[in-house]
Amino acid sequence: MGFLLETVIGGLMSGMLYALVALGFVLIFKASGVFNFAQGAMVLIAALAMARLSGWIDAWLGGASPVLANLLAFVLAALFMWLIAVLVERLVLRHLVNQEATTLLMATIGISYFLDGIGQILFGSSVYSIDVGMPKDPVIILDTVFDGGVLVSLEDLTAAVIAAVLVAVLAFFFQYTTVGRALRAVADDHQAAQSVGIPLNRIWVVVWTVAGLVALVTGIVWGSKFGVQFTLSTAALRALPVVILGGLTSVPGAIVGGLIIGVGEKLSEVYLGPFVGGGIEIWFAYVLSLVFLLFRPQGLFGEKIIDRV
Amino acid sequence: MFYRENGQFKSTYRSDQQIFPIRQDRWFISALLLLAFVGVPLGASDYFLQAIFIPFLILALAAIGLNILVGYCGQISIGSGAFMAVGAYAAWNFGVRLDLPLVAQILMGGVFATLTGVVFGVPSLRIRGLYLAVTTLAAQFFMDWAFLRIPYFTNYSSSGNVSVPTLDVFGLPVVTPAQKYLFVLCFVAIIGLLSKNLVRGAIGRQWMAIRDMDVAAAVIGIRPVYAKLTAFAVSSFIIGVAGALWAYIHLGSWEPLAFDLNRSLQLLFIIIIGGLGSIIGSFFGAAFMVLVPVLLTNVPHWLGLDIPVDVASHIEHMVFGFLIVFFLIVEPHGLARLWSIAKEKLRIWPFPH
Repeated sequence: MGFLLETVIGGLMSGMLYALVALGFVLIFKASGVFNFAQGAMVLIAALAMARLSGWIDAWLGGASPVLANLLAFVLAALFMWLIAVLVERLVLRHLVNQEATTLLMATIGISYFLDGIGQILFGSSVYSIDVGMPKDPVIILDTVFDGGVLVSLEDLTAAVIAAVLVAVLAFFFQYTTVGRALRAVADDHQAAQSVGIPLNRIWVVVWTVAGLVALVTGIVWGSKFGVQFTLSTAALRALPVVILGGLTSVPGAIVGGLIIGVGEKLSEVYLGPFVGGGIEIWFAYVLSLVFLLFRPQGLFGEKIIDRV
Repeated sequence: MFYRENGQFKSTYRSDQQIFPIRQDRWFISALLLLAFVGVPLGASDYFLQAIFIPFLILALAAIGLNILVGYCGQISIGSGAFMAVGAYAAWNFGVRLDLPLVAQILMGGVFATLTGVVFGVPSLRIRGLYLAVTTLAAQFFMDWAFLRIPYFTNYSSSGNVSVPTLDVFGLPVVTPAQKYLFVLCFVAIIGLLSKNLVRGAIGRQWMAIRDMDVAAAVIGIRPVYAKLTAFAVSSFIIGVAGALWAYIHLGSWEPLAFDLNRSLQLLFIIIIGGLGSIIGSFFGAAFMVLVPVLLTNVPHWLGLDIPVDVASHIEHMVFGFLIVFFLIVEPHGLARLWSIAKEKLRIWPFPH
């Protein structure tokens, strides 16, 4: 029982991180109808920027204040993500307005190749570490209730809390600010939004910047856990089933989907994995979301797809 | 001036419905086939055959398969690498366990890919668009995992790596690059012709109707189940055969990594850059995909620049991403559209209209 609970808690916490990446997808899809395959590459480049910049600034400050170095690096990395957002909007999206979803999808795959390449040229391609002072030691809770207690990794817990806070902030941003309202308007209907004077291009920059910031936070959390390296860009692939499970257009869907996939993956790996040889996490998430989709083709919370001839 | 259809009258339905109704096109294609079957194997060096022509042909074949599914039937698939893998491993298992002749092995690879394709095509009856695209990744990751973790498929090879023995077809050896090239070319020519005819025929029109709007197609009496599943079946068969050829002829010995997600994305690029819903576009796209990396590796060398290997590979990534975006912006309908525009212009040349 204790072990089951441990697995579920572990799943919920990694699910929060999936939700974070999925959020990046959903934001961009809602506002611009682009299925952003480059989210993983953005996570990688953001993490690389953060890792290297904090290292350089720390060296420049002479190692006096690692906290300050991390803060400065975070700000610079955020600016960098903003720059990427502006460039993507200016150089790519603006020219591909009204193209089919497939074409836009391919364009983002092109962007992800580009970002992978340029990120590693600018910041190097070895394994780097990010140290933002996340606690490393696991703690044991509930040892009075169960025999041996439940082992919880504080690092995962911090990550989950960060993710939850970010999700809350984004929900607030979407619901109560002017920009957020404009974003929702664009998401509902591009043409109507434009006709009441909402500048589409600027909205896209905002959305890509927000997605970039989400990528930055994801990159920091995952990077400090696993090290910053090329495999970070596969983070997006882990989050794709989350996105379609929750529904491409739904922010709550991304969160619930993330939790379902997180728990499902961990449970399947622990209880099903040993029988079939292990390593089933990656495809189990996809199959799980596929089964869900067979019953609800638009995902759990996605907008209902209505066909008209 | 030379490319006119003046005086070529069609007096029967048969002649009106030929693949190439214009005489000059027929000459051009005949010359091209002659060049491909005779000129290239005689003239090209082993390096060119092995590094350019063979991968080009096999990728073009796989792209034709994917184009039938994505370009003609409108079902986006990011899992085509999985079907290549199924083709390759099924063919190999038939070779190792049953000792079938080479051509039969490769065709059996295609058959098994078809079965897998139909299974993974079933969700397409409920799930559409981008949702479907992501669920096809399930096929990709499942197959990657299956060939890595289930030892039966690799005949309990300890490293997970499998390789093919010396190939021969009906007693003729397929060993030198020229022989391999001709072997592949035969497959490509036959399957290319068959698929061109399929997409021109009734079933092809059904696919296109489904692509354009499946509800409307169902209303006018096209069965979506039949049309979608046949598209998945035909497409997976061709991709499976291409996978078997890729493994047997191009690689010789391979591991599941040869058919990972990057392969699927590569095929998707080929058909987008080449042109969705166009057989000839698959060839253009494949040529682009094979030639660009070769050029990118060689250009700095020719310019006399000395770039470290890892930086060069990153630059290659970058340039590649850039080219894809550039092509999408300049011509979203792919190289095939440029080709048909060129043909239109040539017809009325030297006049502007």
